[in-house]
Amino acid sequence: MKVAYWPGCVSRGFTPELHGSMARIAPLLDIELVALDRASCCGAGVIAEHSQELADTLNARTFALAQQADGAALMMNICSTCQGAQSECQERLDASAEYRAHINQTLAAEGLSYEKGLTNKNFLWLLVEEFGLDELRRRVQRPLTNLRVGPFYGCYIVRPRERLHIDEAHPRDTYLDLVIEALGGTVIDYAGSHKCCGFPIITMNKEASLAQAGRHLGDAVDAAADCLVTPCPLCHLNLDLQQPLAERVVGRELDMPVLHLPQLVGLALGVSPGELGLGRHVVKPTAVIDWTTSVVAGVGEAPAGG
Amino acid sequence: MAEFALRLRRYDPESGDAPYWEEHTVELEPHRSVLEGILQAKARFDGSIGIRCSCRAAICGSCGVRINGKPGLACNTHLDKAQRGARDGVIEVEPMGNMPVIKDLIVDMEAVHWKKIRRVTPWLIAKHPVPEREYIVARETMVDVTQTMACIQCGACVSDCLAMEVDPEFVGPAALAKAYRFVGDPRDSQTSERLTDLSEDPHGIYDCTHCFMCIDACPKDVAPMSQIMRLRRRAGSDFGIEDANNGERHEEAFVSLVHTYGLLNEAELLPRSYGGNSAIAKFKPSAAKELASSLPSIAKALLRRKVTPGAVFKPHKLAKADLKAIDNIYKEVDGRPERVELNLYISGHDED
Repeated sequence: MKVAYWPGCVSRGFTPELHGSMARIAPLLDIELVALDRASCCGAGVIAEHSQELADTLNARTFALAQQADGAALMMNICSTCQGAQSECQERLDASAEYRAHINQTLAAEGLSYEKGLTNKNFLWLLVEEFGLDELRRRVQRPLTNLRVGPFYGCYIVRPRERLHIDEAHPRDTYLDLVIEALGGTVIDYAGSHKCCGFPIITMNKEASLAQAGRHLGDAVDAAADCLVTPCPLCHLNLDLQQPLAERVVGRELDMPVLHLPQLVGLALGVSPGELGLGRHVVKPTAVIDWTTSVVAGVGEAPAGG
Repeated sequence: MAEFALRLRRYDPESGDAPYWEEHTVELEPHRSVLEGILQAKARFDGSIGIRCSCRAAICGSCGVRINGKPGLACNTHLDKAQRGARDGVIEVEPMGNMPVIKDLIVDMEAVHWKKIRRVTPWLIAKHPVPEREYIVARETMVDVTQTMACIQCGACVSDCLAMEVDPEFVGPAALAKAYRFVGDPRDSQTSERLTDLSEDPHGIYDCTHCFMCIDACPKDVAPMSQIMRLRRRAGSDFGIEDANNGERHEEAFVSLVHTYGLLNEAELLPRSYGGNSAIAKFKPSAAKELASSLPSIAKALLRRKVTPGAVFKPHKLAKADLKAIDNIYKEVDGRPERVELNLYISGHDED
């Protein structure tokens, strides 16, 4: 499948292992990435907070570029925040022909135009809805047997439900669970899975921001998770990069590795932890790496319980 | 008639016992409400079940509860839908969060919700001279605030506010939506004062984590978070209020970095959010102090090559032609005499 690929900013900036791991596993899933290297930042909701029209125009430009991508079936992103911020803009653009025409007028200077009805899916949605869980199961080389994985959805990819078309037919707020299961892992149920990581207020109220991250990480520790997995690089920044500071705020040791979704998929597809950039995390995913080596060594049956 | 199993959270603080779950099976038409289910259980099995309700028509805002872990009104949630959303077929009803429980499903709205509502001066402070008869304003100038007027004060948004969960002092979604009710009202005389107050409060508009919980919680489509963003827009862009919480600086830095680079330059975002929107921001004392406190994270990130010196000193940037196009968009949009905004609550979707 050929997709117009929007990696976002953070996946190429402060979490380079995200874009790297996506690029590494794409061929293993027969996904051809046509990078939208002319597109701009989605605004992460902050530009929309400043000016809705500015955010809508910038994203309409990205959508128009995606619609021009030769042979691409749809647009794919690897960042929940991009998904949420872009969905918000697209909702307005698709809702009104008059408004769309107004925005397209600005894009006309560059010879671009956005046509209503682009499909823009996060890798998580694409994996479940386009690629399919059965096919994913067939491709697994190294099932995540006995690996206890806590899904961390964050906010932008699960709310608001109506805008993101989450309903009984498309339970997108359960997809991470489904993917972990399909990869052979054990899904860990804990309180923070659909809550806010705190990142958006890290510069405004650091204490509250880190208290959020620390609380969810602590809940995952209490539920005996080996690691968390997230489709959002901004969540990753607050949960992994800021974890040493979050530990101080909540007053407990956490030591909880946080994986990007393509990294977890990559491990199950047999890619080595090093190639997926797991060594680049602030919290060393030791438990996860130990697990991969023990499975590769094929030490008989895995221990019961996990 | 169909059978529905309800699992109710019971708690009586005066008893000294811990909260517990209690199950009842009720018989009702599937389109009947969860509230009717609770009232039947109360009538048939246990008269001591505590639930607050009045209109039963989603107008009075009395019966806010959590159903299957999600906040909403018991009176406008159908039993069949609630059953489909239940983990194990049993509809779970518990009191709202972020507020103390008085008994069973009744929470103390006064202790949290109403205190916060009063915090934002929830009445019109009219411009002088006050007209002798009605205040006449252009219809278009009031349209914008009609969304916040739809609030019925049920507290569902307060219940699941994730910022309030870690910072109980946060003014919160309901009260801030109410604040916009008056900030957006052309008859109010205290727009700037209200915005300054809520920007400077460390638990004010910039304490919202943008988690969308309140948007999904609201049974009346008030979208409190969108009203908070409107407050920020007016405070930062229209009134230029440079708050002590870095809210305005963060937004300004973000918008201008994307203008310059086309992409977000994360390494510059943090220092500029603290020190102001310029390349020398990081050398200002206010920024240096904040950055120093982040040193443990930064050092580890550099050590692990999560953050490379390249990403810091040679940030990613779009090609020249694209930067020119981005610049044109900024100039075009920022140059408009009036902000263009589309509120789908008011305009609705095209029919096609």
